[in-house]
Amino acid sequence: MKTMRAVALVFLAAVLAASIAANWIAPASYARQFRDQPDAAPSAQHLLGTDDLGRDRFSRLLYGTRISLLLAPAAALMSTVLAGAIGGAAGFAGGWIEVCVTAATDLFLSLPWLFLLITVRACLPLNVSPVVSVAITFVLLGCLGWAAAARVVCADVRSFRNSDFVLLARASGAGGARLLMRHLVPNLAPVLAAQFWISIPVFILTEANLGILGLGVAEPLPSWGSLLRELESFSAYSAQPWLFAPLLLLVLTVSSFQIVLHNEEVAG
Amino acid sequence: MKRWILCLGLIFATVSTRCAGAQPGSELRFCIPSDPRTWNPLLVEDDASETIRYLTGGVLVRLNRQTQQLEPELATAWKVSRAGNAIRFTLRRNVRFSDGSAFTARDVAYTIAQLMDPALHSPTGDAFRAAPGKVITRIADPYQITIVFPAPVVGLAKLFDQVAMLSATSPQHERAVLGPYQVADYRAGSFVLLRRNPNYWKHDSAGRPLPYIESVRLDIEQNRDIELLRLTRGEIDLIGSLSPESYDRLSAKAAGMAVDAGVSLDSEQMWFNQAPGAPIAEYKKTWFRSTNFRRAVSASIHRDDIVRIVFHGHARPAVSWISPANRAWFDSKLAPHAFDRSDALRLLADDGFTLVNGVLHDRSGHAVEFSLVTNAGNTARERMAAMIQQDLAAIGIRVHVVTLDFSSLIERITRSLNYEACLLGLVNDDLDPNAQMNVWLSSGENHQWNPGEKKPATAWEAEIDRLMRAQAASLDAKKRKQDVDRVQEIVWQQEPFIYLVDKDALMAVSPNLHNVSPVALRPQVYWNIDWLWLSNSGSRRP
Amino acid sequence: MADLALSLAGGEPRPARAAVRKLARHLARILVVVLLGGFLGATLVRVAPGYGVDARELDSRLSAESLRAVRRAAAPREGLLPFYLHFCERLLHGDLGESRLLHMPVRQLVAERFPETAKSVGLGLALAWTAGLGLAAAAVMTCAGGVDLLAGLLASVLVCIPAAVLALLFVIMQAPERLAIGLILFPKVFQYARNLLADAAARPHVLAARARGAAGVRVFLRHILPGAAPQLLALGGVSVSMAFAAAIPVEALCDLPGIGQLAWQAAMGRDLALLVDLTMIVTLLTLLANSAADLAGLGRP
Repeated sequence: MKTMRAVALVFLAAVLAASIAANWIAPASYARQFRDQPDAAPSAQHLLGTDDLGRDRFSRLLYGTRISLLLAPAAALMSTVLAGAIGGAAGFAGGWIEVCVTAATDLFLSLPWLFLLITVRACLPLNVSPVVSVAITFVLLGCLGWAAAARVVCADVRSFRNSDFVLLARASGAGGARLLMRHLVPNLAPVLAAQFWISIPVFILTEANLGILGLGVAEPLPSWGSLLRELESFSAYSAQPWLFAPLLLLVLTVSSFQIVLHNEEVAG
Repeated sequence: MKRWILCLGLIFATVSTRCAGAQPGSELRFCIPSDPRTWNPLLVEDDASETIRYLTGGVLVRLNRQTQQLEPELATAWKVSRAGNAIRFTLRRNVRFSDGSAFTARDVAYTIAQLMDPALHSPTGDAFRAAPGKVITRIADPYQITIVFPAPVVGLAKLFDQVAMLSATSPQHERAVLGPYQVADYRAGSFVLLRRNPNYWKHDSAGRPLPYIESVRLDIEQNRDIELLRLTRGEIDLIGSLSPESYDRLSAKAAGMAVDAGVSLDSEQMWFNQAPGAPIAEYKKTWFRSTNFRRAVSASIHRDDIVRIVFHGHARPAVSWISPANRAWFDSKLAPHAFDRSDALRLLADDGFTLVNGVLHDRSGHAVEFSLVTNAGNTARERMAAMIQQDLAAIGIRVHVVTLDFSSLIERITRSLNYEACLLGLVNDDLDPNAQMNVWLSSGENHQWNPGEKKPATAWEAEIDRLMRAQAASLDAKKRKQDVDRVQEIVWQQEPFIYLVDKDALMAVSPNLHNVSPVALRPQVYWNIDWLWLSNSGSRRP
Repeated sequence: MADLALSLAGGEPRPARAAVRKLARHLARILVVVLLGGFLGATLVRVAPGYGVDARELDSRLSAESLRAVRRAAAPREGLLPFYLHFCERLLHGDLGESRLLHMPVRQLVAERFPETAKSVGLGLALAWTAGLGLAAAAVMTCAGGVDLLAGLLASVLVCIPAAVLALLFVIMQAPERLAIGLILFPKVFQYARNLLADAAARPHVLAARARGAAGVRVFLRHILPGAAPQLLALGGVSVSMAFAAAIPVEALCDLPGIGQLAWQAAMGRDLALLVDLTMIVTLLTLLANSAADLAGLGRP
């Protein structure tokens, strides 16, 4: 497993380095349209071919990685922290606080947040730059994506609170803060790790879908999500297998994250 | 008249010789994009309801989509008065609604009364409303009726192509129909099933009742890719509107199924927000109101590239607001604006714009940038926006492309006016330019670049107002054409709408469907539904 | 909730009456949250741009008077609170209002479409939980890391594929599209379940049982699964709302005439009555699923 972890770490480092060095590695600007070569197959000039506007797919993948690999984990971390804090507090406090927080969480899971996103878009100027727009999108996703995990965290903490082990610790004089930091937080690791791992690809894909609301990454900036949307056309399944390159990269990146996290847990 | 008789005769002859294989009990299947919003034929506005109205509604006269000429249907003859405010119809005898009740002049009078009821707010009825006042119907006998309007209505007879007759007496109300089919079943979100109207009046030369196809199943399917897949699997028989990509994919797979019927009435255009009350910076409004600025933007857009890349060659660079598909009204003297960056920069320089380090600045030193909104989910528009973005970057203009869901977009362009430029398409079904009065009159709510002006903001808008009113009041076809040509010229010069492309009508037809004559006007494939027939050579998934 | 579980378990002198009273209190709480959900849903829709507009406003054939009528119909002048009070009043009489978009009673629309979604969600949940929990158990119980790695990779692939692509694949393969909901849920169920079971399997008493040579299945059923049960039950409750969320893109893309498709249409068309009803229905189902999960978790010995 150590070898796998090393491979995963090297892969993540390589992807990160390539995205940071996109300005130097990319054969063309992500926005440049080679209008005489739309939908071109891979060639020496365009390693992954070109998109329907003649833009170099490899360059767009590199620049898209920079956006998504930076913002998606940040948003995933935000939602994980919120899930841990809200679910943890509810489960630990118990009583009416738990009842209210769980009811609020259930409510949160059911509301049509789409309209909040539409309202946020309306509040932003239309001239907002694509980078700012996509950053706002990920912040919103981070703020809205905690509820399901909080429910599980709450159940976890509740069962922890009622365990014999905690009763014993309390009887032996352990304070709330000590219980929280020494015993509770490590206990939440499995749920929070799952939340973090799940959220990264989910947020990347959600960002692409939010393009429909004018949020998310705007032309001509690429993101993994916008590149993956190309798979929603039948052409991907017939003669253009290279369209799957962003999916492959995302799968490998997410799997690498998972392997690294898994090994951290085992080591912990 | 001779022309349509000849045309019908040809169809009769073809069908008589070829439809020996027509299957009783056959079912035509195709998709509609959504649930029909209304079953009332007088309130039709969406595509799905329009399809159902066309297939079920009986009309007095029908516009032949191929010849673009009127043909008799429930009326065997008609005559428009000299003043242009009245029309007399002679009705076909022995016609019955689907429920068995007889069709008479009373039903026509009832339909007109419903249609012109101000409380109904029928878009079909509004097209007849040239002036306020009551519409009078005079029934001479059960088969003669005269309809008198308060003012002359241009293109009066053609407007009846959209008016499906209702029964004055049937307890089934709008479900009693005079068209080839009647609604037999409907499952929300799933399908609408139409069955042959047993009382339909038309017969072929051999005396066989029309239509040949027993039933029509309209599957509700929003996803265009899935629709194409179903066609190739033989689950549906036609697609009325194909995207250019789908057209090319289908051509490669089954060349005979994909049809390009040539340029359609639908155009794609962009415009700048010139409304004085719009919540955008004043200096930007100054740019947008400048004819030179708009013409420079127009000259910088490579329309040929848009046609080639976005529409895969299935479109034409647009000229003005009337498409070449509209043979009677298109001004053939005009040509599309040429792509010319140096001309664009010259026009901008005339207005005091300067290009510094690749960034265009106005007289006050503001860098020229604006946002371009369009509706999300429309791939062609998203691509066009990206191409416009790159084209304008070449003359130093920065464009922010923003895609919005349709409701938010409408809210911005009709209510808050909080946008700078918009890219949208116009779906046009009506050949008569009079149907676009609300777009071209400066006081119109659909005068998108500056809606609802109290008085024309510019001299050229005042001239358009005058010309459009003049053509609407004139019954002299030649004079009308001159006026409309002049409006096309003004729009070509001033470019309040920057017309980009006129799209081709692309469709797909199964080889099992016969007698199809695809045309550019809607409904492109099944406009002659009575005469279509299905052979059983193909297999259909049960 | 804890009190209720206690009373159901028979911890009070007059358990039946106390249980009924607490059940009533619990139901009242659900009712309040559902009503609050409806109100907040209505607020979000009313405040969002695009409410009160109608695509017909772009129809150039409409006269100015008709255009005003279209606008009036699209955006009633009634304020949010009066609207909601009237809405609740009608709700008491079993009237869910009428869809502005589809011109049909919402009650009829929901009645026609709910079975379709219930089938999709049920099938999706069954698939996701069978595969997710099964593979998670296999990954935790087998010593070979290969199962864990392969199952993890499968989950990675599925979580990275856009819902639209998954749905499209099912259409191409002519397989039931509703199964896509199961594949959308699977990675989430698997990842949480695997982590929770792995955590439970590492507890000292489980290690001790294994060291004593207890059979793998016995250890799993007697020690590991009960250890992770509260969290898994909570996940079960949450997965119901996740399944409804997954049904929206799948039904909308595959044109399955269910609640998900209806919700998408209502959202795009800003159909207030329909959206409020759907929000309340989803809130109710979420609450019921989560409450059932909570009660099951607390009711365990």
